Amino acid sequence: MPVVESVTCPVCGTFCDDIELVIENNRIIEAKNACAMGAAKFLNYSDHRIKTPLIRKNGELVEATMDEAIEKAAQILVDAHYPILYGWSNTCCEAQRVGVALAEEVGGVMDNTATVCHGPSIMGVQDAGIPGATLGQLRHRADLIVYWASNPWDAHPRHAERYSMFSEGRFEKSTWTQYLSRLRGDMSKKKIQRASNLVLKHDFCFDYCKEQNEGLPCTMYQNKRRTIVVDVRRTRTADSADCFIQVEPGKDYELLQALRVLVNDGELDVDEVAGVPKDTIEELADVLVNCKMGVIFFGLGLTMSKGKHRNIDAAINLTRDLNGRTKFLIMPMRGHYNVTGANIVTTWQTGYPFGVDLSNGYPRYNPGETTANDILRRGEADAMLVIASDPVAHFPKSSSQSIAKIPLISIDPEVTPTTMLADVILPPSFAGIETEGTAYRMDHVPLPLKKVVEPPKGFISDQEILRRILQKVKELKKREMD
Amino acid sequence: MPKLNVLVNTGRTIDQGRGKEMGKLSDVYQKDVTQCQIDPEDMRTLKLRRNANVKVTTEFGSVVLRAVKSIRGPHPNMVFISYGPWASMISDPETHGSGMPSLKGMSGVLEACPDEEVLTMQELVNQLREE
Repeated sequence: MPVVESVTCPVCGTFCDDIELVIENNRIIEAKNACAMGAAKFLNYSDHRIKTPLIRKNGELVEATMDEAIEKAAQILVDAHYPILYGWSNTCCEAQRVGVALAEEVGGVMDNTATVCHGPSIMGVQDAGIPGATLGQLRHRADLIVYWASNPWDAHPRHAERYSMFSEGRFEKSTWTQYLSRLRGDMSKKKIQRASNLVLKHDFCFDYCKEQNEGLPCTMYQNKRRTIVVDVRRTRTADSADCFIQVEPGKDYELLQALRVLVNDGELDVDEVAGVPKDTIEELADVLVNCKMGVIFFGLGLTMSKGKHRNIDAAINLTRDLNGRTKFLIMPMRGHYNVTGANIVTTWQTGYPFGVDLSNGYPRYNPGETTANDILRRGEADAMLVIASDPVAHFPKSSSQSIAKIPLISIDPEVTPTTMLADVILPPSFAGIETEGTAYRMDHVPLPLKKVVEPPKGFISDQEILRRILQKVKELKKREMD
Repeated sequence: MPKLNVLVNTGRTIDQGRGKEMGKLSDVYQKDVTQCQIDPEDMRTLKLRRNANVKVTTEFGSVVLRAVKSIRGPHPNMVFISYGPWASMISDPETHGSGMPSLKGMSGVLEACPDEEVLTMQELVNQLREE
């Protein structure tokens, strides 16, 4: 059976490039090295596939040819005054590039999923810059890893194994063995807990906060790679880290600024900040300052909670302050495998990374005004094209209600809440499985997407669908002009 | 019926991630995104059993979910719901000029809801169309 090696995984921003796929009769039957999410995609991607283009007629979706669906989609975009072209993060850069041309042609808004993901991070970076590196550098050299408001165990399952605490770097060793010891300790605690439940006849919980009040664990001062997790709840990532700091929800900004005070030789005149005792924060600042090379990987806990891009400002400024004392870097944990590519392509084409309004004939960018959710809430959009994304599942109710009222085109291979609301559905082949292309990893490294199996007959790529819609839009506009 | 003021947090879980890749219609996805992870002590306060229906209400809407005991506790007065169409029903649309709605840290009320069923995905989409 043929085995395809070095396949990139089209799921999360870690974008692993060491997947080995076993192919039999044009089907993937095994995905070696893939995590639970990657394997789920490679082995089940076509289970809920939309098998033919669909157009809504009299309230019902009916089968159509690809040409009919493309013409209908083009007509919707030509008729619209202010359409939104949204999604882009689960497809290749080549398709995104055609998308920008289409948005320009129809005078629409080009927005990608960063708007509900790391959009505030990009705004923070625009404010304060970013001291960054590739993941390879961090794998080999970082001796202090901080996951702040980020849970890679659930969202980027192989990130720790490939690039941080469990990776075997040239200069920094993996911390697998320490993790296993800790795991054994935790299992013993659970056994004690179960025994206590039987004896005391009620639940007995270990007070993790008590551990925190006693300061950082002694392992934080060892001369080896260490990991700190700062989060509002004790995630599985926190379980595998050396140290967990539980911050009160929505108060990351305060804790980040308190650390900046200490890193800059100031003093805190309060007993605790954001629920973390002053002594623990002082010890944490010591550990940050005394590492050889540290990195903060931050997640949506910072971008989605109160403060938004100001939280990122604070995190970047803490990194900048730390660089006055040691070497420190910061990186957003990007969600989709090519959301970074969507930002790069849109910036390369228009000058701005997301929420680009092309309705005036030139690009304009003003988050809060030209971003998809704000436009939908104001009820200004009169059509929407969604590609490689599911906004109806993830936008707030008021935005989804707005989407339900306007003509909706969906370019998606699978049934989703968005396709359930769509008026035109164009199912493409799967990028990274049935179509090749290029995508950007979270550290801005471009990698190739491989074609490993043939798409079903008649299925064309996102890029080809968009190219044909663009061509049809030009034809229809020319016809109207004539 | 007793009620509890809670902070509503949304986020990723590995089953939500697996499920979305298997397909939004898959059982794995629908089971995970219709769960409301509640602190064990809060479950006792509200006299909730595992998989009992609960209603989470915020300023922006309400949704019926299945109660499960959180293994990530203790986090009293905080519930966790995986990203998905059900969590989106109660999320805060305010972007504060950033384009990003406030999907974490919403104030809400949690209560047992034995008389209402968890909506299916199609029913949820129909509700969006009708309202």
